Amino acid sequence: MPLSDQTLTRAKELIARYPQPRSALLPILFLLQAEDGYVSPAGVAQAAQLLGLTKAEVGAVATFYTMFRRRPVGKYLVSVCKTLPCQLRGSREISAAIAERLEVPLGGTDQSGTVTVEEVECLAACDGAPVVQVNTENYERLTTEEAMELLESLLRDEVPPPTFAADGSVTEPSTAGLHWRLAGLGDPPATLGRGVAAEPAERSIGREPSPPEPTEQREAGEPQPAEGSGAAAPERGDRT
Amino acid sequence: MTDQVKVLTSRWGDNRAHDLDRFGELDGYASLDAAFDKSPEDLVQLIKDSGLRGRGGAGFPTGMKWGFLAKGTGKPTYLVVNADESEPGTFKDMELLERDPHALVEGVIVSSYAIGCRNAFIYLRGECGWPGRRLQAALDAAYDKGLLGRDIRGSGFDLDVVLHRGAGAYICGEETALLSSLEGQRGQPKLRPPFPAVEGLYRAPTTVNNVETIATVPWIIRKGVDWFRSMGSDKSPGPKLFSVSGDVVNPGNFEFPLGVPAREVIMGAAGGMRDGKTLKAWTPGGSSTPMLTADHLDTPMDFEGIQGAGSLLGTAAVMVFSEDVCMVRACLNFTEFYAHESCGKCTPCREGTDWMRKILGRLESGQGRTEDMDTLKDICDAIFGRSFCALGDGATSPIVSALKHFRDEFDEHVSGGGCPFPGARVAVGAH
Repeated sequence: MPLSDQTLTRAKELIARYPQPRSALLPILFLLQAEDGYVSPAGVAQAAQLLGLTKAEVGAVATFYTMFRRRPVGKYLVSVCKTLPCQLRGSREISAAIAERLEVPLGGTDQSGTVTVEEVECLAACDGAPVVQVNTENYERLTTEEAMELLESLLRDEVPPPTFAADGSVTEPSTAGLHWRLAGLGDPPATLGRGVAAEPAERSIGREPSPPEPTEQREAGEPQPAEGSGAAAPERGDRT
Repeated sequence: MTDQVKVLTSRWGDNRAHDLDRFGELDGYASLDAAFDKSPEDLVQLIKDSGLRGRGGAGFPTGMKWGFLAKGTGKPTYLVVNADESEPGTFKDMELLERDPHALVEGVIVSSYAIGCRNAFIYLRGECGWPGRRLQAALDAAYDKGLLGRDIRGSGFDLDVVLHRGAGAYICGEETALLSSLEGQRGQPKLRPPFPAVEGLYRAPTTVNNVETIATVPWIIRKGVDWFRSMGSDKSPGPKLFSVSGDVVNPGNFEFPLGVPAREVIMGAAGGMRDGKTLKAWTPGGSSTPMLTADHLDTPMDFEGIQGAGSLLGTAAVMVFSEDVCMVRACLNFTEFYAHESCGKCTPCREGTDWMRKILGRLESGQGRTEDMDTLKDICDAIFGRSFCALGDGATSPIVSALKHFRDEFDEHVSGGGCPFPGARVAVGAH
């Protein structure tokens, strides 16, 4: 199962936090994503079992929200704001340049599983336009050149400090940690994600491939993952 | 000349204000004792008397909203803070949480006491990392110091607060969609009535208030109604955060009394137009509010003033566009946003936003037709007032207002075979 016994205890902690168990569904989906790198069919089944829901009910929720992913996300999620104040200051040049450098369409992950690049809607930091995020931390007012330097650092597995580092802003060192934190469980454990990269066997459970994600980025013709390909699974086992 | 005020922003200049001890030195949590000395009913009356109006966009009187909460239902009453800030152009709540997170926690405590809430929730969008860390740390510190949990400061009042993260959906800023999402469902709006005040979270009486609204409450408790009403106008009193972005020299958040003329916000505080450009259009409250022009710069920025100019104050997110900004492209960008964020529940919004996106895309790429502008208007008519929630109405705002003020520019896109502005996207491409 996607969640280890240890993590399952934490999931039950999340359920106990709410007056009604189902409220823990979004946090549990984040937790599954922290462990698997995406919301896998097995994860959907596990969430359904935990909350007494059907897989269809869980799937309906998981597919509604853009932050739940249907295939593994890279270690670093680079999100470029595409809404008007950012577009006016060159955000689309940045997203296009990053996608070109990674040789992937928007929404894609590079071959090594290190960086996923996406365009997103307004990130509520319009005074910092154009806004680029790494694992939801802001890098503001970047030129295309600066954005490319940021990208090269990430590809070397180095995380430059975010714009407000001096004020205490910290970039989450991996998407696994980010998703753990979004589940509402505080600091991620050091062992998170070890050896749980999505395996083809795991992906064969349930309906595969998953229905396409409801994003405009997909309309650009982004390929869906081949069955059981485990495409772009990050090398999770390498980190501690 | 209207001076900026320092109320909600008073601690923003102190880079340790997020720390509970430092916050205490800056009069933080000072409203608690004052609140616990009063009865909850008196506090609700105080907020009614203050005239505080919701800062999340609709401007509904906060005290009245609290007064609508059903009593004697045998169910708990819930306070849910809407921190799902995602209206394009709006970035006030996130900066407040980054700079002064305890201000919200303090507001949650006194507001919960006023409405009889023992379990409060803060729904914070998932895409904002730093505000999330700051707020969680503030909540943890408040628990450690006995400001949350059981018998807060010996008052006998108990309160638990859960920080709940969104997962990427603009629609969850709509209060019934937010509650659906908090219940672990798709974030789709529900029919009102019943209003959340009667049947909200878990079908129990619930009030949903914006971050800025709740952060304003402690100030009213501490400083009183007369002080609050010394700022702004009779119908729109108090201080307000204005988020200014776009083609200005100094984009950022500025705090003014409501009613400040737009000119003083844009040309004064935000430093005026960048690179000596001319102002062409601006939004008073995010992309969902009709655009205004340079002719409207002397409009007072309060709910009545902006409405008088044919728009809405919304979230007071002022996006400023220079002469270089193509209005068709601007509308296309916003319409891509609405088409992406439409939850799909109702047909006018789901289909209409996508049709408009396609029409604007072909106008921008030189494939426009002379009848397109009338078609856009027709679609806007079919959405406005007919969609399930305000998202659809908001989607029509940029288009209707751009056609009203800049119709010639749309026509030029047809007669000239494409966009006359530099940097036109010939093909709509990946978007």
